Amino acid sequence: MPKLSPTMEEGQISRWVKNEGDSFDANETLAEVDTDKATMEMTALAGGTLLKILKGAGETAALGEAIAITGQKGEDISSLLASLTSAPAKVSAPAAEAPVTAPVQTSAPAAAAAKTQAAPTVATQSGSPSNGRMIVSPIAARMAAENNLDLKAISGSGPNGRIIKRDIETALAGGGSSSAKAASFTASTVVGASAYREEPTSQMRRVIANRLAESIGPVPTFYLTREIEMDNVLALRKAINASLSDDEKVSVNDILVKAVAMALQKHPFVNASYQDRAIRFYEQADIGVAVAIDEGLITPVVRGANLKGFVEIGAEIRSLAARARDKKLQPEEYTGATFSISNLGMFGIKEFTAIINPPEAGILAVGAATPTPVVRDGQIVVRSIMNITMSCDHRVIDGATGAKFLDTLTKMIEQPAMMLA
Amino acid sequence: MAILTIRDALNQALREELIRDENVFIMGEEVAEYDGAYKVTRGLWKEFGDKRVVDAPITELGFAGLGVGAAMAGLRPVIEFMTWNFSILAADQIINHAAKMLYMSGGEFNIPIVFRGPNGSAYQVSSQHSQALEAMYANFPGLKVVMPSNAADAKGLLKSAIRDDNPVIFMEQERMYGMKSEVPEDEDFTIPLGVADVKREGTDCTIVARSMTVPMALDAAAKIQEEFDVSVEVVDPRTIKPLDIDTIVNSVKKTNRLVVVEESHAFASVGAEISHQIMENAFDYLDAPVKRISTAETPMPYAKNLEALALPSVDKIVDAVKEVCYL
Repeated sequence: MPKLSPTMEEGQISRWVKNEGDSFDANETLAEVDTDKATMEMTALAGGTLLKILKGAGETAALGEAIAITGQKGEDISSLLASLTSAPAKVSAPAAEAPVTAPVQTSAPAAAAAKTQAAPTVATQSGSPSNGRMIVSPIAARMAAENNLDLKAISGSGPNGRIIKRDIETALAGGGSSSAKAASFTASTVVGASAYREEPTSQMRRVIANRLAESIGPVPTFYLTREIEMDNVLALRKAINASLSDDEKVSVNDILVKAVAMALQKHPFVNASYQDRAIRFYEQADIGVAVAIDEGLITPVVRGANLKGFVEIGAEIRSLAARARDKKLQPEEYTGATFSISNLGMFGIKEFTAIINPPEAGILAVGAATPTPVVRDGQIVVRSIMNITMSCDHRVIDGATGAKFLDTLTKMIEQPAMMLA
Repeated sequence: MAILTIRDALNQALREELIRDENVFIMGEEVAEYDGAYKVTRGLWKEFGDKRVVDAPITELGFAGLGVGAAMAGLRPVIEFMTWNFSILAADQIINHAAKMLYMSGGEFNIPIVFRGPNGSAYQVSSQHSQALEAMYANFPGLKVVMPSNAADAKGLLKSAIRDDNPVIFMEQERMYGMKSEVPEDEDFTIPLGVADVKREGTDCTIVARSMTVPMALDAAAKIQEEFDVSVEVVDPRTIKPLDIDTIVNSVKKTNRLVVVEESHAFASVGAEISHQIMENAFDYLDAPVKRISTAETPMPYAKNLEALALPSVDKIVDAVKEVCYL
């Protein structure tokens, strides 16, 4: 499978233009391939005969994976075919073997062209021979542990990059202390770089790091910001709370959770999740509410917030937050939200962006509501203005989709009666 | 010390034990008037007579059974199989009777018997006469299995086997009968069963070999030292059961690499057992997977060139050591 668009990683054969047995000239179209961008024509690098189609119409192949064999008419391809079928996962094929590329050229004239195409594929394969897993012989692992060596800094000389005793001995002997030996820190006596202390990473910090790295890496995110006038919702809150006891009173955030849940019901693409091969749409709005605790943060989930009232949501969030701080939450209480809200308004943050918690498609970053001069009907008036910014997973939410959702949400907050509409 | 062939060392051991204990007697095919098919019993019939050295008809099951019965009655038989291949005919007496009697009689009858003879390949005797059967016998509780690799071990271990109060499978090697080495002349020289011997000390790789593969391993070790400056330790368990695993484990803890060489086939072999015990007891010390050299998975070919290819060889051992040492 050749690279037919700058970003493609795999292609799907749309149809074969040439059939098995057909001959072709250089630059003739052999097949049409659906890439991530468009349907592209795959043309021949040199003339020849299409001897065998390995991937039929509708089948998908990764870059560099064999999709067909071309060559001279009548050429014996049985051994090549056997080697292709016996090693379908070419990722482990040693670089020394004849590079197999698409279209595979068995005839000498085109071999050079095939080779140059294959090179990048082979290069990336040899880079991670063990699939990213570190292979260490038991005695090497033991010696590294005893000598406080960081195995990640040592390259293995055994088969498949296995780190063996010799590599540890080399690291220990070669003043390896500078490169491989874990640094030991002491406070600097001269003014320079700041001294610091290290504490072991907590499980929670690791999870946060992994989750967020997972997010900012593969999740293509964009941001949409809106100003929302809060005066009506503040008045509503005041009216509701007037008839509630102290431990029942609702917060702006509780109302926001409800509003977001109601808006999500109207915008299924926002209440969704990008899966590898499908987009998952959720039927109810389970809202994750970010809660800061001593060690970091956790997002307990208000299930079915679209179905619950303000008071019920408020009580639930108080209970979840209290148990979150006591680390009493059950896993199902802080996983599996369909959308999240992070509110830093109480810390005086006016506006910020939050990082999506995959596989959710979005998160709403809520700032502080502050009295702000605004123009209404040609007059400068003071209104309580709150900035919200939604981070959107572009794999599910497009700009307009997100903007429409925020518009609905804004209307629901500015005119709370819209929640009932 | 005298320089003796393994054949003569075994003969000495038998003679000394016949003198030492009048309950000891030898029985087997051609062991008396013919001096033994491989001359291990040479001169013994002349010296000790019909009662002590007995020619048996070609009935392995029969004379193995006579031996077990005699042992129950208080004698100490040494039963010779012309080769261990023929012991398969007597397997019922060995496995079901000799090995089980002490247990099934509630401790009433111990069986102080030695079954001995050549094991493994010879010179082009083909499929039915070239088998190494130690794994089979070592698999059964109640049997000790001994496999010497030089003249001194042959003598010291055979004397211990004859003095042992329980059944011992004593496996020699036809190709080795003529091999010479120093043997202590002391009549009370014995080597205890169940104790391994480090035949060559080394630091970089352990080879565990037994019987015929010990001299091969020693040759390979010398070659590797010379060519690659890699120091190989050769451990000879000498007794397969009970196995002195501690000596092997200690060696592997020192060298971090293990090659097991054996003349039997690989599947469920003694080498497989040693590999497993090393995995259990020295896993954290291994720098490479344990490597085994066994006889090819085929009935032994008759053709000389194919026979040589099927068997372990010095070159195969050198290659295996290079592999585990990442050379």
